[in-house]
Amino acid sequence: MTITTALQPRRPARPRRPDVATQWQLIWRRFRRHRLALVGVAIIGLLVFTSVFAEVLAPYGPLQRNPRYINGPPMLVHMIDADGAFHARPFVYARTMGRDAVTLRATPTVDEANRWSLRFFVRGTEYSFWGLFRSDIHLFGAEGGFVHLFGTDDLGRDVFSRNLFAARISLSVGFIGVAVAFVLGTVIGGIAGYFGGLIDNLIMRLIEFIRSIPTLPLWLALSAALPRDWNALQVYVAITLILALVGWTWLARTVRSKLLALREEEFVMAARLAGCSDARIIGRHLLPAFMSYLIVDLTISFPEILLAETSLSFLGLGLREPVESWGVMLYAAQNVRAIAHSPWLLIPGLFVILAVLAFNFAGDGLRDAADPYAK
Amino acid sequence: MLKLLLYRLAYMALTLLLVSVVTFVIIQLPPGDYADSYVAKKAQAGVSMTRQDVEDLRHTLGLDRPLHEQYLRWMSRIVLHGDLGWSWEWRRPVSEVIGERLPLTLVLAFSTLIFMYAVALPIGIYSAVRQYSLSDHLFSGLGYIGLAIPNFLLAIIFMYLGQQWFGQSVGGLFSPRFIDAPWSWAKLWDLLGHLWIPVVVLGTSGTAYLVRSMRAALLDELEKMYVVAARAGGLSPLRLLFKYPVRMALNPIISTLGWRLTYVISGAPIVGYVMALPDTGPLFLNSLMNQDMQMAGAMVFIFCALTIIGTFVSDLLLALLDPRIKLT
Repeated sequence: MTITTALQPRRPARPRRPDVATQWQLIWRRFRRHRLALVGVAIIGLLVFTSVFAEVLAPYGPLQRNPRYINGPPMLVHMIDADGAFHARPFVYARTMGRDAVTLRATPTVDEANRWSLRFFVRGTEYSFWGLFRSDIHLFGAEGGFVHLFGTDDLGRDVFSRNLFAARISLSVGFIGVAVAFVLGTVIGGIAGYFGGLIDNLIMRLIEFIRSIPTLPLWLALSAALPRDWNALQVYVAITLILALVGWTWLARTVRSKLLALREEEFVMAARLAGCSDARIIGRHLLPAFMSYLIVDLTISFPEILLAETSLSFLGLGLREPVESWGVMLYAAQNVRAIAHSPWLLIPGLFVILAVLAFNFAGDGLRDAADPYAK
Repeated sequence: MLKLLLYRLAYMALTLLLVSVVTFVIIQLPPGDYADSYVAKKAQAGVSMTRQDVEDLRHTLGLDRPLHEQYLRWMSRIVLHGDLGWSWEWRRPVSEVIGERLPLTLVLAFSTLIFMYAVALPIGIYSAVRQYSLSDHLFSGLGYIGLAIPNFLLAIIFMYLGQQWFGQSVGGLFSPRFIDAPWSWAKLWDLLGHLWIPVVVLGTSGTAYLVRSMRAALLDELEKMYVVAARAGGLSPLRLLFKYPVRMALNPIISTLGWRLTYVISGAPIVGYVMALPDTGPLFLNSLMNQDMQMAGAMVFIFCALTIIGTFVSDLLLALLDPRIKLT
């Protein structure tokens, strides 16, 4: 028998550290309370996901034409057929091209006698996924026929597939534009806030000047001045830069005002007294302190750039085919007769609205969460 | 007051000067110059020019001079003669073509501004007073959509609905029988009947923005102690609302009038183009598409000048209305 175990001295309990939430945890807690903002972030995530995996998710390539279904309306997916019978596998009704007896326009007609069932992971056109690998597996497709969820345009291209690819370009213009604006804004705003005095004054006047002139005509004129013989990629880069060149002013103002305010804070003085270098003070103490405000401004300026790109491309002055964004797709919807005949060409517009809404919601939530110490 | 006025005037002149430099750069941006397009036009008409002819033309037009001299020439012609250049598209002086259409753009811009404030302020006040009520949520929802929908899409949707429901085109500003008619009361009435659609299209997002700011500003004011004090003192709710908090909340709304004007002028060309209004919108976009840069540059200059002068005037008005605002 031994009693040693019972007599072993208990290890002294470590003094419990108080629970500490980092600033980002506090921000996240506040942000989580905004339901709309969470929805916004979810939509943004979904849009980014679909645009990254567009090749796999889209049943067709962006330029692939279907000569058997030109200007065709969206095809509804059914599970119950015209006779009321239930089918476990979703299907679409077959379509045949006929000619309208009055207008002689080629019009697709629904053939309810034949069904094309939808299958997952079907083989279709071959694609190269971001240059990583080649494949021909698409998420879904119609067996023995075709499926156009959002209809087709006047060349017989699938609006649904093109929409996914367009999301990639539209969002990337926004992201790159915002990134360039971020760099410009931080550097210029940083210079203004750091040096102060005359340089600060000049930069602030410049910002005021840019803000006081109507931006859209300026954007339009700059993009119209691009050489006509540039290829689509060059135009893409140029347009993105043009949009960023006007979009940095908000960021610069935020950076400057926050820098000016924070410079006088006691924790900066403390860091300086402790012998921190300027670089460490800026990177370790100042930048994290206003990073959240910068993210808010970035989120808010994203829709502005997205809308500007869409407007430019819609007018035919922005991106051009074969680079396609939502705006480029909407170019086809410029005249009223085209829309009256095929209203589904406006679907990319819905996605623009959805994306802008999502970013506005997320931006609102972030703005409230950016300063977690406020009441 | 006079000193401040002079200061603002000088600042406005400086801004206009900067804008003119930007405009000049835009005109110079596309490859090739005025003489090149002249030669191209002549070649289209079947007239060929020798190299010497082109050089002579360049010399007469001063295109062989350094850029800053060209800028001074261009600028002095605008200031001294109001000469904005020559439009290839129209084969007429730019100032003449723009002059015909500018009044309608001004009418559109001012009507939109009035519409925005007339609609946004009551809604904003109502939403703030009845915070989180059903109508507040409804207006907020509409506001979110209004902010997210691009102008041109709204214009297309209006035109599409007009076509579907009324079977008529809602584009343009006049009924066909009034297009070439001289001005009369009937024509003015006809204009007003058409004008509301572009005004609504152009004003929607600005209205949504104003509602939000008005609501937020008034909510901030309503929390303050002076409101509680006035209420405790027995002031009737409506009188209290309009006598103090609304007036306080109006200040930031009215003082951003210049920005709203900039915003309207910025959106006007696209709406004008999509809805085929007989204003400067289609003129501007067509000149851009055909790289008629003299015309396009002149339009950019005019749009910028409009907003700068408008901001100046609105600042002055505000200073007159509210003695607390300092012109700096």
